[in-house]
Amino acid sequence: MTVKALLKTEQMTKRFGGLTAVDKLDLDIEEHRIHSVIGPNGAGKTTVFNCIMNFYPPDAGRVWFNGARVDGVTPDRVASAGINRTYQNIRLFRNLTALENILVGMHIHLKSTWLGAVLALPSTRRDEVEAQDEAVRILDFIGLKGRGDVVSRNLAYGEQRRLEIGRALATKPRLLLLDEPMAGMNPRESRNMMDFVRRVRDQLGVTILLIEHSMRVVMGISDRISVLDHGIKIAEGTAAEVQSDPRVIEAYLGTTAQTALK
Amino acid sequence: MTASADTTPSPSATFSSLHKITFVDIILWGLRIAMLAVVVGGTIGTLIKGTYSTAQWLDFFLFGLTIGGVYALIALGYTMVYGILRLINFAHGDITMTGAFSAFFLARSLHRAGILDSYPILSMTAIMLLSMTVCTATALIVERICYRPFRHVASLAPLICAIGASFAIQHTFRGMFGNNVRSYPDPEWMKGAFDIFGYDIPIIQPIVIFTALAAMLFLYVIVQKTKMGMAMRAVSEDRDAAALMGIDSNRVIIFTFVLGACMAGIGGVLYCFVYKQIYFYSGFIPGIKAFSAAVLGGIGNIPGAMIGGFFLGIVESMGPALFLDGIGIPAPYQLRDLIAFTLLVMVLVFRPQGLLGETLAKKRA
Amino acid sequence: MSFDIVAASRVETEDARPWRHAFQVGAQLGLAGFMLALVGILGMFNNRPIIVGVLTLGYATLGLVYASIGIVAARRHLFASAGQTVLAGAAAGLLAAAIVAILPLAMSLINLRTIFVALDPPLFKFLTFSRPTLLEGITVMLLLGAGLGAAGALLVELPGWLRRPLTGGLVASGMAGLFQELIRPVLANSSTTKPLHDLIYTYTGMKPGGAVLMFVLGAIATVLYTMVQPRMKARIDEMPAGSRRSLRGIGLAVAFVLFALFPLYAGNFVGQVFLLVGLFMLMGMGLNIEVGLAGLLDLGFVAFYATGAYTTALLTANDAHALAQLTWWEAMPIAVLASVILGVLFGVPVLKVRGDYLAVATMGLGEIVRVIVLSDAAAPLLAGAKGILSIPRPNFFGLELNTPVLLFYLALASSLVAAYVAWRLEDSRLGRAWTAIRDDEDVAQALGINLINVKLLAYGLGAAFAGLAGSIFATMLGSIYPHSFQLIISINILALIIVGGMGSLPGVALGSLVLIGLPEMLREFGEYRYLFYGLAIIAVMRLKPEGLWPSAAKRREIRAEQQLKQEVDAELQREGAKA
Repeated sequence: MTVKALLKTEQMTKRFGGLTAVDKLDLDIEEHRIHSVIGPNGAGKTTVFNCIMNFYPPDAGRVWFNGARVDGVTPDRVASAGINRTYQNIRLFRNLTALENILVGMHIHLKSTWLGAVLALPSTRRDEVEAQDEAVRILDFIGLKGRGDVVSRNLAYGEQRRLEIGRALATKPRLLLLDEPMAGMNPRESRNMMDFVRRVRDQLGVTILLIEHSMRVVMGISDRISVLDHGIKIAEGTAAEVQSDPRVIEAYLGTTAQTALK
Repeated sequence: MTASADTTPSPSATFSSLHKITFVDIILWGLRIAMLAVVVGGTIGTLIKGTYSTAQWLDFFLFGLTIGGVYALIALGYTMVYGILRLINFAHGDITMTGAFSAFFLARSLHRAGILDSYPILSMTAIMLLSMTVCTATALIVERICYRPFRHVASLAPLICAIGASFAIQHTFRGMFGNNVRSYPDPEWMKGAFDIFGYDIPIIQPIVIFTALAAMLFLYVIVQKTKMGMAMRAVSEDRDAAALMGIDSNRVIIFTFVLGACMAGIGGVLYCFVYKQIYFYSGFIPGIKAFSAAVLGGIGNIPGAMIGGFFLGIVESMGPALFLDGIGIPAPYQLRDLIAFTLLVMVLVFRPQGLLGETLAKKRA
Repeated sequence: MSFDIVAASRVETEDARPWRHAFQVGAQLGLAGFMLALVGILGMFNNRPIIVGVLTLGYATLGLVYASIGIVAARRHLFASAGQTVLAGAAAGLLAAAIVAILPLAMSLINLRTIFVALDPPLFKFLTFSRPTLLEGITVMLLLGAGLGAAGALLVELPGWLRRPLTGGLVASGMAGLFQELIRPVLANSSTTKPLHDLIYTYTGMKPGGAVLMFVLGAIATVLYTMVQPRMKARIDEMPAGSRRSLRGIGLAVAFVLFALFPLYAGNFVGQVFLLVGLFMLMGMGLNIEVGLAGLLDLGFVAFYATGAYTTALLTANDAHALAQLTWWEAMPIAVLASVILGVLFGVPVLKVRGDYLAVATMGLGEIVRVIVLSDAAAPLLAGAKGILSIPRPNFFGLELNTPVLLFYLALASSLVAAYVAWRLEDSRLGRAWTAIRDDEDVAQALGINLINVKLLAYGLGAAFAGLAGSIFATMLGSIYPHSFQLIISINILALIIVGGMGSLPGVALGSLVLIGLPEMLREFGEYRYLFYGLAIIAVMRLKPEGLWPSAAKRREIRAEQQLKQEVDAELQREGAKA
C-alpha cells in the first residue's frame, strides 16, 4: 500500500476574538489509517473538525484533501469531495426515521431531480428503490437491522451514535471524522464501538480521523496519535511514543492526567 | 454496502472547481455595487443640481434626529428583550401603539379643558405616564401569553405567536377605538419655533430630542447602576450561569419587558406629537423601523440601539433628497420607507451583527 | 433527557383546588365576553338572527361563553359530587356575567362612546336584554350567566346516552342557523327540497319550529351514530391494513367531490366564497413548501402573489398601461415565470439569513415591493395607486369563465396541481433535503446538500403557486390595485398553514376553509377576521402546535413522543416499585 497523505493541513489557524483555538496546525492523515487527535478539554479538537469541514473556514493556512484545496469552500463541497463527520453531541435529524436519516446522507449520490419526482419518471422511481435498498444495507452494516422505521430520537444512545456514523458513511466518504464516538459509553460499549470503527476502516477502506478526550480509549486502535494542547500540536507518533512524551504528560497533568493516562 | 473503491472522487475535484464563484456571489456583489451607486451617484447628482438650500438640509437633519430619537426609544425594547430572551418581540411596535392610542384620549381631554396649554409639563408627564402604563400592561400580557410558555424551547413558536399577537392587538384596538385616524392635539406652545443663527427650528424637535435623550440616560443609569440592571446584564450574558448565582430570571425578564414598554410608551407619545395622528396601525411601521435600528446598532446592544435609532432617523430623513432625488426619481418622499426597509434587509443580509459589531447575532444569522 | 418542543408547550399547571379553578375559568371567560362586547363583536353579531325573533348570533355567542365556563369547570371532574359541580358552574357563570355586566353599568353612568366606539345604545339594549331598567337588565344577565354556567356543568355530568344526543341536537341546530346562507340556496334550488327549506327557514333566518326540527334531527342522528359506530369500527378494525387505507381514501375522495360540487348547487355567493378559499388554498400550498417543508419562514410571500397579478394585468388588460393583449392562458405561464424569477431573486440575498431574522428580512423585501408598486416613480409602468383596469376573463375552449363558480374550478384545479406537486416532492430526494435543512441546516450542508439549490427551489416553487394564484386573482377582480397586496395577505396564508398543520396538505385545505371560508360566510365578521386570525395563531401554537390536521410525519412524531413518555413513565414506576 502506498503511503500518501489523504488529508494535509498546513499551518491551519483559527481565532475566536482574542483566543487562538487552533494555532498553525500541521496534520498529515495517511490513507487507510486510524489517526487520533487527543488533548485535554478546550484543546481545540472540535475546532479542527469544524475547520476541515469549513463550518468556520480557517483564518490562515491551507487544507489539502486528495490533492485539492478544500479550505474556504462550503461544507457541502467538502462533503462532495469525500470528507464527512459525526458530532460530539449527536446531531441526527431527530424527527426523521433511521432510514430517512441514511437517505439524507445519500443525497449527493442520488441522481433524481425534483422534476423527475413530480412526473414520477421511471428512472426516478428506480433510483428511489435502489436508494432504499442501499440504505437498508447501511443499516445492516451499522447494526440497526430492522430499526429503519424508528424515529431517530427514540433510538438508544449507542444506536444513535452508530446511526450518525451510518449517515456519514452514506455519503461514501474517503475520510471520516469521528468526534468522540465513545463519549458517554461504558467500557464494553466503548470496545464495541472501537471494533466497529476498525471494521469501517477495514471493510470500507475509509480513512478515519478520530477525536478523543482520553488517550486510554484510542491507544488500542490508533495507528497514529496527535496531541493537541491549547490549539498547538505538542506531540505526534504511535501510542507508545506519545505516551512517553514528557510534554504530553505535562499537558495532561493538573488537568485530567489521572483519568487520561490510567 | 460497497467498498470505497468506486467512491473515489473524480479528479475534477480540484482547486478551481471547489472554489468556483457562484451566481449567488455575483448577485450579492451586484447588490452591493448597486446600493453604492445609488448612494454615491445620487449624492453627487443632488449636490450638483443644488435643489436644496442649507436651511433645508438642516431641516432634514433635525427632523431625522427627532424621529431618530423616537426610533431609538422603541428600539431599546427590541434590543433588551433580544438580549435576554433571544427572540424578536414582533408585537413591540403594536405595544407602542396601545400606549399612544390610549394616551390620545387623555391628551384630547386635557387639550379641550385647556390644561394642556396652561400646564404643559404636568400634562405631558401625565400623558406619558398613562402611555407607559398601558404599554407595560400590554407587554406583560403578551409576555405571559406568547413568550413564557415557550421560554425553554428553541423554535419559531414564540415568533409566530408574536405575529399573531401583533394582529390581535391591532384589531382589538381597532374594535375598541374605531378605524379612523385620530388627530393628536396640537397645543399653542408646541406650534412655535425658535431661531438659531437665523434658522427656524420648530420647538417640537428639541422637545422630542431632549425627552428621548433624558429617557435613554435614565435607562442607561438603571441598567448600569442598579442591582436589577446588573441582573439583566448577567442574564443577557448567560442565563444558566445567572440562575446559578441566584438571579431570578423570571423577575429579570418581566423587568426587561417593563423597561422596554416604558421607553416605547414615551417614544409612542413623542411620535404622535410629531406626526399629530394615531390609528390602530400606527405602531407597525415605526415598529419595523425601530427593529431595523436595533439591528443596525447590533441587536442586544443597548447603546447600539440608541445610535442605530438616530442613524436610521437621519438616513431616512435625508435619504430621499440626498440619494433618490439625485438619480432623478420623481416624488422621492414616497420612497422614504423604502430606505428604511432596504437598510434593514441589507444589514440582515450583509452585516447581521450590526454596524457596531455585537457578536450576539452571529449565531442567529 | 431533553424536553421536547411539543411537550414543553403543552405543560399546563394542574390546579387541584376545584373552586379556585372554577372561578379562574369564570373570570377568564368573563373577561373574554367583556372584550367581545368592548371591541364590538357582540353588537355586530346581534344584527344577525339565528332563530327569527328568538335568538341572535350575539346572544348565542354570549350564551356559548357562559355555557363553556360550566363545561370547562366541570370537565376535569374535580368535585366530589355532581351537585357541587353544577353549583360551581353556576357560580363561575355568575362571576363571568358580573364581569360582563360592568359594561352596561358603566355605560349608564358615563358616556364612554367618545372613547369606545362600540359602546353605542344598541349594545346597551343588547346587554340589558331590552329591559326597561338597568337593574332588571343586569339581573337577567346574572341569571343567564348562572343558569348557563350550571347548564354547561350539568351537560358534562349527564350520562353519555343523554349527553350525546343533546350535544348533537344543539350542534345541528346551531349549524343550521349559522350556515343558513350556505344551506338555503341548495335547498331552495330544487323543487323536491323546497318544502324542507320552507319548513326550516324564512328569508331572514331560521324559524323556531325549524330550530326544534333540526335539534330533533341532530339528536336522532347522534343516537343512530352511537348505535352503529362501535360495530362499524369493529368491522373496519378487522379489515386488512390495505383495504382500511383504501376505505380512508374513498372517504376523502367522497368528501372532496362533495366539496367540489357544492358551489355548483349553492349559487354565486357561495361560489365567490369558495373561489377565495381555493385561491388561498393554492397560495397555502405554495407557502407550505417554504415554511412547512423547508422551514423557511417567509413573510414577504405576498410579493409573489402581486407579481403574478401584475404580470397578468400588464399582459392582458385593456388599459393604457398594458404591454400586450394576450389571453389569460397565454399570460398565465409568463406570470408564473415572473413570480418564480422574483422568488429566486428574493431567495438569493437571504440565503444565509436564518430563523426569526429570515422572517423579518423577507417581510422587509415584501414591503419594499409594495412601496415601489405604490410609488409615483413606478407609476408609468405599474399605474401606482390608480390600479390597472379591464382585465379580461379566461376562455376555456369557448367557455368564458365569467362566474365565480367557474373560476372556483380553475382555482381548485390549480390547487390540485399544487397539492400533487407538493405531495410528490415530500418523499423525494428534494423533500428529504428540505426536511433536513429544516431540522439542522449545518448538518444538512455537511452531508453534501447544496443549500443554495435547495433553498432557491423552495422559494421558486412556492412563488410559482403564489404567482398562479395572483394571476387568477387578477382575472377574478378584473382590476388590481396595490392595496390588495399588503402584508396581511402573507399573514393570512401563514395563519391558515399554522391552523391547518404545518407541512400537511389536507391541513392547508382545512385551514383555508376555516380561516377564509368561515369569515366570508359570516359576513358580519368583516374586519374582525384579522383579530380572529391573530387569536387563532396564538391559540393553535399554544394548544395544538401540530395543527388541526397534522401531517403524517408530525403524527408519527407525536406518537413517538407519547411512546417515549409511556416508556419513561413505566421506567419510573418500576424504579418506584423497587424503592
